[in-house]
Amino acid sequence: MSAVALCGLDANAAAAAPSSSASSTASAPSGDWPVVGHDTQGTRFSPLDQIDARNVGTLKLAFSFPTGLDKGHEAAPLVIGDTMYVVMPYPNTVYAFDLRQPNATVKWKFDPKPSASAQGVACCDLVNRGAAYADGRLFINTLDTQTIALDAATGRELWRTKLGDISRGETVTMAPLAVNGKVLVGNSGGELGVRGWLAALDAATGQVAWRAYSTGPDSEVLIGPSFKPFYANDRGKDLGVSSWPGTAWKLGGGNAWGFVSYDPALDLIFYGTGNPGPWNPEQRPGANKWTSGVFARKPATGEAVWYYQWSPHDLHDYDGVNENILIDLAIGGRERPVIVHPDRNGYVYVLDRETGQVLSADAFVPITTSTGVDLETGALKYNPLKDLRSGETTRNICPASPGGKDWQPSAWSPRTKLLYIPHQNLCEDAGPYQVSYIAGTPYVGVDTKMYAGPGGHRGEFTAWDPVARKKAWALKENFPVWSGALATAGDVVFYGTMDGVFKAVDAKTGAALWQFKTSSGVIGQPISYRGPDGKQYVAVLAGVGGWAGAIVSSPIDPQDSTAALGFVNAMKDLPLATKKGGTLYVFSLP
Amino acid sequence: MSSACPERRSLAVVAVALAALLATPCAFAQRTLRVCAEPDNLPLSNEHEAGFENRIARVVADELQATLVYEWRLQRRGFVRKTIGADLCDVWIGVPAGLDRVLTTRPYYRSGYVFLNRADAREPLTSFADPRLARLRVGVQLIGDDLAASPPGLALARAGATENVVGYPVWGEGSAAERISADLAAGRLDAALVWGPQAGYFVDHAPVPLAVVRAVAPTGFEVPFEFAIAMGVRQGDADLRRELDAALERRARDIDAILDAFHVPRLAAGATTASAASQEERQP
Repeated sequence: MSAVALCGLDANAAAAAPSSSASSTASAPSGDWPVVGHDTQGTRFSPLDQIDARNVGTLKLAFSFPTGLDKGHEAAPLVIGDTMYVVMPYPNTVYAFDLRQPNATVKWKFDPKPSASAQGVACCDLVNRGAAYADGRLFINTLDTQTIALDAATGRELWRTKLGDISRGETVTMAPLAVNGKVLVGNSGGELGVRGWLAALDAATGQVAWRAYSTGPDSEVLIGPSFKPFYANDRGKDLGVSSWPGTAWKLGGGNAWGFVSYDPALDLIFYGTGNPGPWNPEQRPGANKWTSGVFARKPATGEAVWYYQWSPHDLHDYDGVNENILIDLAIGGRERPVIVHPDRNGYVYVLDRETGQVLSADAFVPITTSTGVDLETGALKYNPLKDLRSGETTRNICPASPGGKDWQPSAWSPRTKLLYIPHQNLCEDAGPYQVSYIAGTPYVGVDTKMYAGPGGHRGEFTAWDPVARKKAWALKENFPVWSGALATAGDVVFYGTMDGVFKAVDAKTGAALWQFKTSSGVIGQPISYRGPDGKQYVAVLAGVGGWAGAIVSSPIDPQDSTAALGFVNAMKDLPLATKKGGTLYVFSLP
Repeated sequence: MSSACPERRSLAVVAVALAALLATPCAFAQRTLRVCAEPDNLPLSNEHEAGFENRIARVVADELQATLVYEWRLQRRGFVRKTIGADLCDVWIGVPAGLDRVLTTRPYYRSGYVFLNRADAREPLTSFADPRLARLRVGVQLIGDDLAASPPGLALARAGATENVVGYPVWGEGSAAERISADLAAGRLDAALVWGPQAGYFVDHAPVPLAVVRAVAPTGFEVPFEFAIAMGVRQGDADLRRELDAALERRARDIDAILDAFHVPRLAAGATTASAASQEERQP
């Protein structure tokens, strides 16, 4: 089993010494992809350059694996040494592939057997966004709120911890992050009145070391003496209670269902909090802290260090969970440690990650719901004309509630200094109020209909220059770009489309270089790794679904324009363009 | 209706071996009425078929000379596509008339929201104009859907009652109406707003006497406060709807008797919600 031991060593090295600077290109870069975002900074940048703009046109399928599952496949595979690990959508089966074999045979398979009733609870398809790895252990989350540790060599279960309660609508879809002997996990379910939290589990035992809620008193949000938010309106005692009416914070949402990133130099983790829930905005006056914002915390104790609220009193379901990519940028003549964050509200934010100060916030999609971000106060300037209060139809709400961009993670190239943002171009009309029905309670919901934004295309792949604060180039796509992005040192960028085309484009110009038609739409996170044979590979899961793709992966009637929270109206033609069913695709040069 | 036993896709037809001995109009097949219903949501439905919707479904199945078969599912977000859409059943009993995800039958009752108070309350809450509204602890069902609010939840917000309102998510152990009634009885709430058909039942089962008063929508309130309740069938399944309509009409007295037994407060037909007729007009 020397190969396995070697794999463990490689992996330890990769996990223990993540490049503290994303731009480091050591002489022998690791060929692993040990974290969903490649590194804990979430750059999704592969230092491998074997595949480049000149030769990517010859990229060929190396092997593929049908998953046999029909739900949306959003996960990033992990590669550590000569093994690839992939976690599936519900029922969250885990596969380990032996990359030494010509067709990467299954080394082991693990079935966590999650509760079947979790299916009826999940909000937006039964997705899973990937696993975490550290010290020979693989950590996965199941839809029914369990975190499970497996022996990465054998697939043997080491421990499992149940973190939530599915009967109350609580689920977990996010990818955990392993940091310094802890596994970080957050919950989903804000729409249903589930109070959001991020928990740290002891990687060795599965015991909960700390749990930080996104609403409620400081003691439960883990706000203490270390908390020094940049803006005055985030300072004060128990704002997670007082920025809500009465006890509404107890059901307040703010779920941590996005990616977590970690800066080893500052020893801080960063993650976004989801939208406030489940009240109508009129019933929850106030800023609704600490929802739709970003926390910086110490991973050892969970103590909050700073917080910034992207969308105070979120009116449009904009969440705040999009990825926070940790890079260093030359701003104002000096190198600053920053977070780059393309938010659902339509702005690319650049924050100082030591302090939480907003350095810039610029629209990357057409925005009608706000007019900008005040860089003095950090406040989002809402446009009151797009407030839904009137009870009449509010038209041309841009971006629509999935935002300028949803969960699908961007990639950063330290070579081009560009952020590659996969996103949508959707607007919506909301109201008039419409009768719906849940559990014996006729109620009145806002009837939301989404449609393509200006230009008529529903998706876009944008290369954004965060220093110049503008688009470098952008590619229009017919459907929302719901896949992750991958940037490589070969100056090639990869992403997939919902109608099932996996693409490589030139990182500098966006010029099309290569494409491959997949059997189902791509909403997974592409990765790149060096195989045991020394070759560079690119891997991605196809299998359409998720909120945007539920029209294909679930039996939804295209006539039902308000299904999937109004997304179906914008996606009626997707079933004609692709079909459901998951496949792992892995590509290499001939 | 041409036949009591039509052969259509939406009705499973089961051959019965000794059917010749049966005195039914169609001797060789027994039709099945596949109904989706909630497994644990009294007084509406439960898997012991003890709810009033179960009793009404039984009456309708008898009228259609069909065997009643249940698919127990939560009536939550996406319930139509996950049940009728997935061909698990052909009928949902108890949906608002005009619900556009299904084709709805003629309504078989109409109800609204009610104020619930303890019967011994000296000054019960009975109006959205009550100046105490902002300070009273008022329980209300909380739906949990983006930017949605139940009509009484929205009315409370408009009346300035945000600080002390207590929301009860429909998710969790037992129905929200049941939890609200229990908290009201125990003095943890001053008053509550509940969907009428549930209120009648829980008042009947509460440990202390509770009082029900119809909740009238605030003047000018743009959201419907009363709902006509019907059965829902698959979009386009007009044949089944026609049969159900006929059965509901013929057995209206039996259905009323069931609703009476469950103390379902009913309102006379009004004009504030979409009717089954307008629903039909929207069909392609």
